[in-house]
Amino acid sequence: MSMDGAEVLSRTVTQDEAAILEAWLASLREGASLQSGRIREAELQTQAKTVFGQLREALEGGLDADGGSFAPLRETLGEISRSRAIQGFTPTDTANFIFALKEPIFESLRRTAGSDASDLAAGIVAVGKMLDRLGLHTMEVFLASREEVIGRQGQEIAELSTPVVRLWDGILALPLIGTLDSARTGVVMENLLQAIVDEEAEIAIIDITGVPTVDTLVAQHLLKTVAAARLMGADCIVSGIRPQIAQTMVHLGVELNVVSKATLADAFAVALKQTGRKVVRQQAAPTVERR
Amino acid sequence: MDRIPILKLGGALIVTIQVDMHDRLALALEEDLTAMIARTGARGVLIEISALEIVDSFIGRMLVSIAAVSRVLDAETVVVGMRPAVAITLVELGLELTGIKTALNVERGMSLIQARLLEDDEGHGSHRDDFED
Repeated sequence: MSMDGAEVLSRTVTQDEAAILEAWLASLREGASLQSGRIREAELQTQAKTVFGQLREALEGGLDADGGSFAPLRETLGEISRSRAIQGFTPTDTANFIFALKEPIFESLRRTAGSDASDLAAGIVAVGKMLDRLGLHTMEVFLASREEVIGRQGQEIAELSTPVVRLWDGILALPLIGTLDSARTGVVMENLLQAIVDEEAEIAIIDITGVPTVDTLVAQHLLKTVAAARLMGADCIVSGIRPQIAQTMVHLGVELNVVSKATLADAFAVALKQTGRKVVRQQAAPTVERR
Repeated sequence: MDRIPILKLGGALIVTIQVDMHDRLALALEEDLTAMIARTGARGVLIEISALEIVDSFIGRMLVSIAAVSRVLDAETVVVGMRPAVAITLVELGLELTGIKTALNVERGMSLIQARLLEDDEGHGSHRDDFED
C-alpha cells in the first residue's frame, strides 16, 4: 500500500537521521560559506543539528511549511539568515544552507523506498515543496535584514551629512549637501538650533551649494529652518544659490524672504560686518596693480 | 492663583517665566504687564523663557499679543532664551512670532533694549533742540 508524502518523509527522516545529517554536513562543508572563513565548522554543525532536529519534529505535524508545527523551525532559520545577512554572507550561501538538505533526503528516500516507485515519487515531491518554501523564507528574512542595515546606514548618512561648522565667534555655517526632505530638515533644524545654543551664535549661514534642486517644498523647509533660528535669536543668511536654481526658483514663483548671497564668502563677509568685525590685509598687495 | 513677577530695571521690564505656562497664567501676565508698562512708562519688555519647555498655540499667540499690546504702549518686546525644541514647535505650529524681537540670552536681549532706549533718548534730545531753536 502506498503512503502519502508526509508519512514517507517523516518515516525516512526519523529512520535515516544519522546518514542524512552526515551527508548534509558534508555538503555544507564543501560550500563556500565555510571556505570564506565567515563561520566555523563547529558553529555550522550546531546550526545544522538544531535545524534538523526541529525539522523532524515539525514533520510530525504535517507537511505545510507555513503551518504551526513548523513555527520553531522557521524561527531558527530566520535567526540564522538574519545573522548571516549581518555577517555579509552572499544570498547563495544563505539559501544553500537549506537547499543542501535536498540531496541527502532524496538519497535516503531512494534507499528506504526500495522498489516502491510511488512512495519515492510522493516523498520527493513533498520534500521539494517543503524545502523550497523554507528556502524562500530564509531569503525573505535575509533580504529584510539587509534592508534594515541599509535603512540604518541611510539614517547615519543623513546625520553625518548635516554638519554645523563654526566659522568665527558667533558665526556658524551649515553646508547642506543633497536633497532636503522633511525628515532631513528636522535633523538639520535640530542640529543647527543646538549649535546656536552651544556656540552662542548670532548669525548662521546656510549654504545650499550642494542642494541639487530647490522646489517649493525645499524652499518651505529652508524658510522653516530660518524662522526657527530667528526665534532663537540668530539671524540667517542663505548662500550658494546656483544660477540655474535661482532661475528655477523665480520661474516657480518660490520666494525666499531672507538675506541671500551668491557665495559663502560673501555671506561670511556680511556676517563679519554685522557682528562689527572687518577683515584687513596686513600688507599691501605686493605686485598686483589695482586700478 | 500665583502670578508671574515683573521686574523693573531702568527703562525696561523683565519677566522670567519659570513655571509651566497655563492659559490663565498667560492671560494674567498680559494684564499685569500692560498695567505695569502704563504705570512705569517702560520702553522695553524682556521676556525670558529658557525654562519654558512646553508651548502650545495658545501660549504662542499670547506672546504675539503681549508684543502687540506693548507696541501700542510704545514698548518693544524681546523674547530671549527660547529652547530649540520650543522654536521647532512654534515653527511647526505656523507661529513665527513676526514682529517680536528675539535674542539668544538675557545679555543680548538687554543690549537690544538698551540700544533702543539710547536711540530714543537721542531722538528726544534732538527734538527738544528743535523746539528750543
